[in-house]
Amino acid sequence: MEGVRRRPGLGDPLAEALPCRFDLPRDLHSSLYKGRGFMYSIGLLILFPLLAGIAVARAPDNAIRAQRVRISAGAIAIATLLLTGLHLGLGPEFYAIPGWLHATLDGFFRLAGVALALVLLYFCRHIVAREWYIPVLILLQAGLMLSAELAPVHPEVAHPFYIDSFTLLMALIVGVVGGLICLHAVQYMRDYHAHEPEVADRQPAFYFVIFLFLAAMFGIVFTNHLTWLFVFWEVTTLCSFWLISYSGTDEAIRNGFRALGLNLIGGVTFAAAIAWLTYGPGLHTWELDRLVAAGSALALIPAALIAVAGLAKSAQLPFSSWLLGAMVAPTPVSALLHSSTMVKAGVFLLVKLSPVFYDTVAGLLLSLIGGVTFLVTSLVAVNQRNAKRVLAYSTIANLGLIVMCAGVGTAAAMWAAILLILFHAVAKALLFLAVGTTEHLIGSRDIEDMEGLVYRRPEMAAMLLVGILGMFLAPFGMLLSKYTTFQAFLNMDVMPGDGLLLAAILAFGSAPTLFFWSKWMGKLVAMPRRPRPSTEPIARDELIALGALTVITYVACALFPLADTVFVIPYTHYLAALGLIPDIQAVIPWETVWLMTLMLGGLFVLPLLFWLKPPRFAEVSGYLSGANVDGSASYRGAMGAERMVESRGYYMTGFFHETTLLRYGGLGTAALIALMIGGATL
Amino acid sequence: MSTHYAWWLAIAFVVLGPVVGALLAGIDRRLTARMQSRQGPPILQPVYDVLKLFEKDTLVVTRLQTLYLWFFLFFMVISGFILFLGSDLLLSLFALTVSGIFLCLAAYSTNSPYSNIGSSRELMLMMAYEPMLILVPLGFYLTTDSFRVADIVAGSPWQVLQLLGILVGFLFVLTIKLRKSPFDLSSSHHGHQELVKGLTTDFSGSDLALVEIAHWYENVILLGWLYLFFAPWGPWLALPIAFALFFVEVLVDNTHARLTWSSTLKATWWVTLLVGVTNLMLLPLVV
Repeated sequence: MEGVRRRPGLGDPLAEALPCRFDLPRDLHSSLYKGRGFMYSIGLLILFPLLAGIAVARAPDNAIRAQRVRISAGAIAIATLLLTGLHLGLGPEFYAIPGWLHATLDGFFRLAGVALALVLLYFCRHIVAREWYIPVLILLQAGLMLSAELAPVHPEVAHPFYIDSFTLLMALIVGVVGGLICLHAVQYMRDYHAHEPEVADRQPAFYFVIFLFLAAMFGIVFTNHLTWLFVFWEVTTLCSFWLISYSGTDEAIRNGFRALGLNLIGGVTFAAAIAWLTYGPGLHTWELDRLVAAGSALALIPAALIAVAGLAKSAQLPFSSWLLGAMVAPTPVSALLHSSTMVKAGVFLLVKLSPVFYDTVAGLLLSLIGGVTFLVTSLVAVNQRNAKRVLAYSTIANLGLIVMCAGVGTAAAMWAAILLILFHAVAKALLFLAVGTTEHLIGSRDIEDMEGLVYRRPEMAAMLLVGILGMFLAPFGMLLSKYTTFQAFLNMDVMPGDGLLLAAILAFGSAPTLFFWSKWMGKLVAMPRRPRPSTEPIARDELIALGALTVITYVACALFPLADTVFVIPYTHYLAALGLIPDIQAVIPWETVWLMTLMLGGLFVLPLLFWLKPPRFAEVSGYLSGANVDGSASYRGAMGAERMVESRGYYMTGFFHETTLLRYGGLGTAALIALMIGGATL
Repeated sequence: MSTHYAWWLAIAFVVLGPVVGALLAGIDRRLTARMQSRQGPPILQPVYDVLKLFEKDTLVVTRLQTLYLWFFLFFMVISGFILFLGSDLLLSLFALTVSGIFLCLAAYSTNSPYSNIGSSRELMLMMAYEPMLILVPLGFYLTTDSFRVADIVAGSPWQVLQLLGILVGFLFVLTIKLRKSPFDLSSSHHGHQELVKGLTTDFSGSDLALVEIAHWYENVILLGWLYLFFAPWGPWLALPIAFALFFVEVLVDNTHARLTWSSTLKATWWVTLLVGVTNLMLLPLVV
């Protein structure tokens, strides 16, 4: 494995590292000119949501605003689909821009960075005493960035933007899933304000921030220029802060500041990485692809620093508490933060940096941070009765799994990580929105109250079931990723027992995952003991968004080999061709594919058979060990009295202790982060 | 192993699996009876029982429960099909897990307190044994460099010694999988009163027959897993050993009182860690 990786000497690292980077896309001048159209389309994709946000915010009344949200969301989704369609199979492209534009944008992003810091400081007027560290972090981060940008000599950036297949997949997730969430928000926010009259209606600003968020996400995935990327990165932090605090209650504001503070820690380490890349010894570059291409010998320190930013953004332990706090926000915000934006930005960058971590102790430690997070939050999720908290912990756990893969850095591990990002984004968006709609319909987000949803609201139950199956079973995106992950771990070779440790963590963490999802499904399919009619119709916008996400989840699971060949394989091949990762590709044997298809087929055919030729068995009420009085709801007890039946799920709160687990998990991962940065500098 | 042979084996499993499973159940009951100084039923009694179940009226709480049971049986058969085809052991395990989840859903759907507790306990047991079951294919992967059953069968004759800890751990969770005491928490095969029949309380007639048939398949699959440890020694040696170990479980069943779910979970995870994970960690030194 050593042979394929370049470890250039320290003398003139770039001169040695560069030549072989140029042999793929950048040499091809023709492709560069052909690519100009794409470059502008990237610019358009970043700018359009911003303009849409302004248009929505300036809408004169509710109806026009709703219409503008619908049109913009649809346009964003279609634009990403178009870009993907046009760029399919073209391979990675890096774009240079004319000098004047470059200088203008440089100035713009510098100003934007300063303005961002000022806006954040302005918001800090609401902090309480124990949040003193937030303005300090803002100043620290702004100082680091300014000192890097105002350096006498700073690295030249040749190609500020790029497209590759992984980026395209991310853009699709942001555009399509993000667009559908916007669509769902239209009716949801109207209901939200009707339900909670004490919350000030700031919908125009709300939609503006959401579209700004999407714009920043597009910026993150297409930008190769690290300091510009950083500005987009901080915009997402700002947006999430504002959206979490939306309701204006004290709890919401405190949780918003917690999210801000924890993400600023990541922001500071990101800024430190940029400062290191400007002033530090060794590698001098502001380009993401050069950073990745420099390999572990040169890029490990800045990569480890940026990784901390990625961990904070993707809510890994010890930073995870902000994502739990984010639940106070309206459901579309949760869906956005959990599925297509924010946390995905974190893992996106980690997967991008993954080749740097290949075969390093720092990478192993990164995997362990993900592993501890996966294990701890999976166990904690068993305790949760609140559906949104279950979803939140499972998000953190799944991102932990992705981080585990990112730290390994082989083609197989990256393959698994990228597919996990895809499956998680669609299934989690579906689940959040479905829980939000269900909450409006049945008036509760408690899992126990969802008993019998299959009979009470079949359409909602079907969506929830598809989402849950997509999260951990459905044939079998997640299973397949886990399968490849096991294989990737067992082939690791950093130190003795490393991969086994990770595999054991994965084995132990998967078990509680199975438990908490299955018992939720058990509640959904349970025959209700007493009728609890709910006839309120689902709003059209919500139905479209939910229906589309259900179909996408299904299709993503069924057609994963397609996603695999179109988006994942080209990317890992490209990295392997550059010599950044060993050229061993994850190959799913055909036998496995057809066996999976057989299982998926069964999931379609058996219900069909059941529907065509249903068994006509007599229906009775459940066994209660006494004479049933009112169906399954009550029975005649020993003394002749009527007794009501109650039975609830197992939450094992006496067995797994949420606070204890999170405390030790947090301490452990904090130590691992310190070790990772320490290990990178050694 | 030639591909033709593998296909015949897989098809034989689908057709003959229940027959072998029924015989195993029959022998089990006979052995149990002898241990309790009883005569015991004929070896074919389980078959008679199931045939009789098909004759009976089927009562359901919800018609959908039958659909979930179909899924239970379907994924069980697929799991065994993959195993006997010589294909991927990890994939076979995934199918087995999916199958188990559908049984729980069927019981949950009836929503009587007894089925409810039974299925919750069953899920808890799954949570307990799942890590150890996953370690088994991982162990085979480390010794043979493949998850494929065909490669494991053709592996090194020393693999059972290399994976001794994994074997012990597997035998431990096998007791849970076979619903034997001290771990028969979810379905009360011994008629423990407080749970009635747990998981299967609200299944009757042909529904219950489906559950029984799926269990026969399951036992053959588990026997197949046990066989894999000794497979490189050839069937003449490996089969008798697998059978012998299988029936040791009957002895355990009859000599142990039942544990609570929390002690079961703790004990299983400790065994998995101490025997299974340790074995895997030490494997590079042994190979």
